[in-house]
Amino acid sequence: MSAAPIPHAEPAGRAGDRPTNYLNADYGVWSWLLTVDHKRIGVLYLISITVFFLIGAAYAGMVRLELLTPRGDVFGDDTYNKLFTMHGISMVFFFLIPSIPATLGNFLVPLMVGARDLAFPKINLLSWYIFMTGGLLALGAMFVGGVDTGWTFYTPFSTAYATTNVIPAAVGIFIAGFSSILTGLNFIVTIHTMRAPGLTWFRMPLFLWAHYATSLIMILGTPVIAVTILLVGMERMFGLGFFDPRLGGDPVLFQHLFWFYSHPAVYIMILPAQGVVSELVCAFSRKRVFGYAFICASSLLIAALGFLVWGHHMFTTGQSVYAGMIFSFLSMFVAIPSAVKMFNWTATLYQGSISWSAPMLFALGFMGLFTLGGLTGLFLATLGTDVHLHDTYFVVAHFHYVMVGGAVMAYLGGLHYWWPKISGRMYPETPAKISAALVFLGFNLTFFPQFVLGYMGMPRRYHVYVDEFQVLNVLSTAGATILGVGYILPLFYLIWSFRYGERAPANPWGASGLEWQTPSPPPTENFVRTPIVTRDAYDYHHLELSPAPKEAALG
Amino acid sequence: MIGKFSLIPPSASTIAPQVDALFWFISAVTAFFSLLIAGLIVVFMVRYRRRRDDEVPQHEEHGSYALEIAWTIIPFAITMVMFFWGASIYASIKRPPDDALHINVVGKQWMWKAQHMEGKREINEIHVPVGRPVRLSIASEDVIHSFYVPAFRIKQDAVPGRINQAWFEATKPGEYHLFCAEYCGTIHSGMIGKIIVMEPAAFQQWLAGATPGAPVVPVAELGRQQFEQRGCVTCHSGKPGALAPALAGVFGSPVPLADGSTVTADESYLRESILNPHAKLVAGFGPIMPVYQGLLSEENVMQIIAYVKSLAAAGGGGHS
Repeated sequence: MSAAPIPHAEPAGRAGDRPTNYLNADYGVWSWLLTVDHKRIGVLYLISITVFFLIGAAYAGMVRLELLTPRGDVFGDDTYNKLFTMHGISMVFFFLIPSIPATLGNFLVPLMVGARDLAFPKINLLSWYIFMTGGLLALGAMFVGGVDTGWTFYTPFSTAYATTNVIPAAVGIFIAGFSSILTGLNFIVTIHTMRAPGLTWFRMPLFLWAHYATSLIMILGTPVIAVTILLVGMERMFGLGFFDPRLGGDPVLFQHLFWFYSHPAVYIMILPAQGVVSELVCAFSRKRVFGYAFICASSLLIAALGFLVWGHHMFTTGQSVYAGMIFSFLSMFVAIPSAVKMFNWTATLYQGSISWSAPMLFALGFMGLFTLGGLTGLFLATLGTDVHLHDTYFVVAHFHYVMVGGAVMAYLGGLHYWWPKISGRMYPETPAKISAALVFLGFNLTFFPQFVLGYMGMPRRYHVYVDEFQVLNVLSTAGATILGVGYILPLFYLIWSFRYGERAPANPWGASGLEWQTPSPPPTENFVRTPIVTRDAYDYHHLELSPAPKEAALG
Repeated sequence: MIGKFSLIPPSASTIAPQVDALFWFISAVTAFFSLLIAGLIVVFMVRYRRRRDDEVPQHEEHGSYALEIAWTIIPFAITMVMFFWGASIYASIKRPPDDALHINVVGKQWMWKAQHMEGKREINEIHVPVGRPVRLSIASEDVIHSFYVPAFRIKQDAVPGRINQAWFEATKPGEYHLFCAEYCGTIHSGMIGKIIVMEPAAFQQWLAGATPGAPVVPVAELGRQQFEQRGCVTCHSGKPGALAPALAGVFGSPVPLADGSTVTADESYLRESILNPHAKLVAGFGPIMPVYQGLLSEENVMQIIAYVKSLAAAGGGGHS
């Protein structure tokens, strides 16, 4: 996509001669806390979710430490149960769900549509405050006493038996959900009404399509989890019977409501990741994406079909055999659009000019891990095998391949790719490549053994386990230490580069897309003049690579 | 079997080899496509690596209907094989044979209690004979648990408020792990036990052996005692003009309800009608039965159900 009237503005490289941009436009804490600039709000989200990621990762580290030996020798039962619960809550609700949409999405959606900001800048800021309110409440619940229900809050354990901080944690999630809804609303309105002249729906980058589909799920799904949490609260606090059979309720009803949101929520995590990968694969192979329309359609189909498969979490609850068969059948459908995307990305690489830059390594790593994550979902969608594998480490391995191997890998790839735009600086290439390699290797070593553990029959959420599972658990913990190093590295070198990194040109990658047509970092108003789009997305065969990208940028 | 490191779980039920065959089929599909994608990525990465910074590929191909249709249809067809194969196994997992031995299982924080119909009770151990189908009625006293025997490839949640069914036929004598697979609180990982599979003769001997300190009373007989002690027999007398429905032969038959609908009197219906009798009132009877929710343990309920079932066989009245 190229926009003729926009000059390829280079930020002046000389010290003391820095053009005004969104970072230096204003200084001081209040200029950040009261900002309505989508880019600054994206950065606020980036900082917040990084904190939640580190907390969630610390809990994960403690879980893996405990599982080194079959006996419960590091933590007590209740402490262990709190650790995996709080790992899940912080990672799912306060890191993964907001990760790509709230940081990269917030930063990039207006830039990619060629607008000055999102449709509702103040609502955007409000969404961050709502998120922080929910997040801090949940954090408080964790630090003062903790929660031990598992992130899934299954009833009647959560409503009648758990004696921990169920209500504060649940209310935190309830509140944070509204920030998700507001973000989705903002994206949908922005994409509908604020596209630059010439940016037709089918010229939009796939990142925007992915965020559009994600926003639909956020708006349609999140209210259901809010209602569910409300019902849990009313049963727990006031003894109103919804889920507890002693009060006339049905515990399986909770699972229906919970998974009606929480299964689509997986797609809130993976669709934006797929959007990032579409951008990265095209930019780093300098090719138009293969099967553009099919990838768009796949995103929308995933959003729609994602709402029809929740029952595959309940094959062993005793639900009717026919319900099980229908949910199994529908779950097979949802596998297809992701497979189509995977084939299209692979075809995009064919005869490309493939750069081995760090973001591309992350993107290719995503493709490998997400393929395995997606395919292992078939074992769980298939009734006969799910009965054996359900609630074992096979499930743990599967969803970590999708949500960590997939979503987090893409998030890191996207963060590196757009880091020059966000910070105005280049990240150091070699440590970034090392990080990508460590994450890929560490991840596989951590989670592949868990597939085997699950097939062997090790149940989830076991503090103490039988001896024959130890060898695989030791491998998994060893992998987790490598993975931890891979994750912590970017934290150091990205912060370092923010000050010491080489100044980034407007378009260090020679990438198409409107966000690369404005300086790095962009001015507060994003574009000096509204860009006009005359070509399709990923128009690399028409791209003129001048001025030549800096060598350092290409590594 | 227990305590030995291996990468393949023991396979000791009739259903296990069927599940394994499907498992390895899906594994083969997974391995094929993962290696295909990974292989292509590596080959393209190397073959088409960027050689000059200003290199722009001249390849114009950016779509192909033939390819899109192929890589939509072929994966879909493969998933349909998995679906039908998996559904047929699930159907047999869910349908216990009629001649199965019957055991009641109750999960509670944090133990498995079992009772054989002949009266023998066990905790965290279940003895079963080899080569004979065994049906389990699984209930929970408190939160959700899940009865999981990896060597048999079966798992069934114990859901409070329901009586779920599971069955297996063990094929090899030995001891196998029993795990609770649904997180149930503090000692979830300690809610484990053993399934002890015995030769039929040894099993019969074990079943007949006395439990120290407790006489072995058959479950249906325990149910009859409850039925009388709780006063059920007064109204469920089976005589003409009785205040409550006769129970002989009711198990497994359709029951007309006051609201005009019909329900099959299975274990879950009987359980509900004992604990919360007004939920599905039988046509022609008033809501006079007291609510037993909170007064009977799951074990008591299952014993009464066993008694009601025994009446079906006897064909007598609802009295002893």
